[in-house]
Amino acid sequence: MQLDWPILSILIWLPIAGGVVMLALGDRSAALGRWVALLTTAVTFGISTLLWVHFDTTTALMQFTEQHDWIPSLHSYYSLGVDGIAMPLILLTTFITPLVVIASWTVIEKKPAQYYAAFLILEGLMIGVFAALDGLLFYVLWEAMLIPMFIIIGIWGGPRRVYATIKFFLYTFLGSVLMLVSLIYLYLQTCDNGQCSYAIADFYDLPLGLNQQILIFLSFLVAFAVKVPMWPVHTWLPDAHVEAPTGGSVILAAIMLKMGGYGFLRFSLPITPDASDTLDWLVISLSLIAVVYIGFVALVQQDMKKLIAYSSIAHMGFVTLGSFLTFELMSVNGDTRGAAMGIDGAMVQMISHGLISGALFFCVGVLYDRVHSREISSYGGVVNTMPIFATFAVLFALANSGLPATSGFVGEFLVIVASFRADFWYAFLAGLTLILGAAYTLWMVKRVIFGEVANENVAALTDVNFREFVVLGVLAVAVLLLGLWPAPLLEVMRPTVENLVQQITASKL
Amino acid sequence: MSSWAEMGGQVAAAEAFVLTALCVILVIDVFLTDRSRWLTYVLSLLTLAGAAYMTVRYGVAFADDPILQARVTAFDGMYIADPMGDVLKLFAYGTVAVAFLYSREYLQRRGLFKGEYFILGLVALLGVMVMISAGSLLTVYLGVELLSLSLYAMVAFDRESGIAAESAMKYFVLGAISSGTLLYGFSIVYGLTGTLQLDELAVGVREVGAANLGLIFGLAFIIVGIAFKFGAVPFHMWVPDVYHGAPTPVTLFIGSAPKIASFVLAIRVLAEGLDAMVASWQDMLIVLAVLSMLIGNVVAIAQTNLKRMLAYSTISHVGFILLGILAGTTEGYRASMFYTLTYVITTVGSFGMILLLSRSGFEADRLEDFKGLNRRSPWFAAIMMMLMFSTAGVPPFIGFWAKLAVIGAVLDVGLAWLAAVAVVLSVIAAFYYLRVVKLMYFDDPTDGHAIEAGGTFRALLSANGVAVLALGVFPSALIDLCARVLP
Repeated sequence: MQLDWPILSILIWLPIAGGVVMLALGDRSAALGRWVALLTTAVTFGISTLLWVHFDTTTALMQFTEQHDWIPSLHSYYSLGVDGIAMPLILLTTFITPLVVIASWTVIEKKPAQYYAAFLILEGLMIGVFAALDGLLFYVLWEAMLIPMFIIIGIWGGPRRVYATIKFFLYTFLGSVLMLVSLIYLYLQTCDNGQCSYAIADFYDLPLGLNQQILIFLSFLVAFAVKVPMWPVHTWLPDAHVEAPTGGSVILAAIMLKMGGYGFLRFSLPITPDASDTLDWLVISLSLIAVVYIGFVALVQQDMKKLIAYSSIAHMGFVTLGSFLTFELMSVNGDTRGAAMGIDGAMVQMISHGLISGALFFCVGVLYDRVHSREISSYGGVVNTMPIFATFAVLFALANSGLPATSGFVGEFLVIVASFRADFWYAFLAGLTLILGAAYTLWMVKRVIFGEVANENVAALTDVNFREFVVLGVLAVAVLLLGLWPAPLLEVMRPTVENLVQQITASKL
Repeated sequence: MSSWAEMGGQVAAAEAFVLTALCVILVIDVFLTDRSRWLTYVLSLLTLAGAAYMTVRYGVAFADDPILQARVTAFDGMYIADPMGDVLKLFAYGTVAVAFLYSREYLQRRGLFKGEYFILGLVALLGVMVMISAGSLLTVYLGVELLSLSLYAMVAFDRESGIAAESAMKYFVLGAISSGTLLYGFSIVYGLTGTLQLDELAVGVREVGAANLGLIFGLAFIIVGIAFKFGAVPFHMWVPDVYHGAPTPVTLFIGSAPKIASFVLAIRVLAEGLDAMVASWQDMLIVLAVLSMLIGNVVAIAQTNLKRMLAYSTISHVGFILLGILAGTTEGYRASMFYTLTYVITTVGSFGMILLLSRSGFEADRLEDFKGLNRRSPWFAAIMMMLMFSTAGVPPFIGFWAKLAVIGAVLDVGLAWLAAVAVVLSVIAAFYYLRVVKLMYFDDPTDGHAIEAGGTFRALLSANGVAVLALGVFPSALIDLCARVLP
């Protein structure tokens, strides 16, 4: 059942309006500002649940669509809508942002109004990216998103924040400008075809030669690979994560990385299916390198945030692997079920990684707020002083290493099974993550959480307060729920994924 | 001797008005004391308002009947009135007015609040108007010289400043050479085609043949002249020195209306007069555009002075403006016009920020003067941030749409590699704009003084910054305007 009011516009503009209110309030009434931020994000989450309730799981068509004139001379519309891929990601965004607000409640002392405002504006823009159906609108929101994140890392980050944030901005900016050239090119092609349009759906139907497709595919690949990030363009991520404040790391890991995966599914695969088919070996190899090599890199990290950052890169490797297995599976034996399974796995992995990596960054944040160190060696025996915290941390660590009954298991399992259907060696290499993931995560847990109390800092620790308990508790419930009962999520995605598989396996040549 | 009206002079009412008004102001100013100098300032602003009225009333862009919104010539084809010209003139009045308004307090604080700034500004504006409406190469040259000579004088108008005198000298010598080059090119073209009138020239070039070596020789000189006026690499040497050396209000002035004039110079001469030679000037402009974007952006990184940095940034923007022109299509010209207007709006704001932070005896033109601005004034830090992101071409600000337009125009004529080069170079540019944002937001202030500027200035600068955002979110109006006047 569809709603007769513009729910997506409200989801986009409500947080942005909240952010503007925060800026207008300024720092004079910081307490009031926090409540405004919490209220705005909570209401946004409340409204977004209606998307889930009213979502029609029988169709792959865009739902809750809106369309208004925006730039008539460029045939670009303010056009929004969601399908089974975008809707869960929007819910993830609206779910994580209030937790970020709660987690930063008393931590941020410098310019709190601007801090919350940046997060609120960022939330609106991110929702917009997932909901945009117009290529130009998508691009505007995609780039605009960088500005608040640049500010967040730069003002409230760690000692090397300036280096990290400029690197973050330039990397992602460089990645996306070539995508812009491709989008304009596609637009000009639609003009040659008789009907100028920036609508993403019109790009799907555009006939394109293989060489054109390969160039477009490569430009998209750069844009999305930087965002995911894939090896070897991942180097901005550890820097950005380490220097960002806790909230920034959470948003970055939980949502912004998903934009890359979303971009592959929304743009690369359906617009350039033949180029994706031709070059799938490239993406698959890069994904496997990310899974295996970055897994080893994670193993040797001394800094907890860096370790989780590398773990994110390895886990996002599953997203790109699952998305691009399709072609291998189809060329082997026309295995549409396997192909759908790979994409399902990629999607579940995105949601699950959003929850788990976010939770792990919250955990590091909890420790950092007390001890002001992210080094693993500064800790040891935390369980003795913070038993409740230790319980949560161990749960999320196990989820990160793919323990069954947590959400981490479902996505990895689906992708590994799908890769088994394609090639044994893919599955073997992907399966290594179960060992590596367990090794680097649990080893960190062992060194930080277990053992004797290492020093007086740890001895002086106090356990989580109510605020932190709420944040970690809510995430724990979500991780377990998705792990034990992923069926509703798969159900929501199914028609869209099936439709997508059909679309990308139909050659454009 | 035929009368003014018989030659169709009423379409040139705005020019006649500005000329008369500035003569009157010149005379009045002589009798004013420093205490009553505000009269010159007010009269100058009123002149601009009057000129705007004349352009709307007698121009062609706003005629009630759409059929009348076409090109009209006067004075035997020496003068053209067309919708594009009228719109550009209105923008020129607007930017000159904003430049005057931004400059008043700065000039007063430094004892520079003299009639010269305003009168020379109006003469320069008249030069811009003549160039916009030029129908023949002679009129073009007349406009160019009127503009250039007043700019040379404006740069030097702070008599106490050695650096200003030095840069004025450089500007004058180089400018004179380039005017000579331009004139030499015109003379060759005239010799081969036998006409100076742009519409006849277009026919004449076709008769002589666009591949005629003599014509190409002449074209090369004309391109050098145009490139100099634009400040395109390798004819950019004067730009950083002049931007840096001139008093900031003058830099602000040079960065605004004269850019409109350079754009129109290229359009009138290349796109209208020498349109048959597009293949030749396209290649030349490609070289200029790529070099400008490359050198401008790379050298800007090394600057510590904001005025110099903006000078190099201007050079790179000129590269982008040339991209649209070199496409040689109507879409390209529209894109270029859009880019020029966008550039002017953001540049005026950026120099306005320098004026805002300057105090008596203190010039806020070094990058480090912006340190920690977010602590001192979050609102103006946000304005500057928007201006910087807009010039960097990051959406949702207006600068993004300008880049989008020129890149689209270049792609449309099949120059995909050029589009790719342009966007990659714009990433380099993002670095030094980000550095300004970094200084304002991430660093601690070293300067505890409160901002001195008055209410009008603050309001206008705020409006300028908000416009960059508002036009970025709703770019349609400005894009459509450019499309309407360049059919």
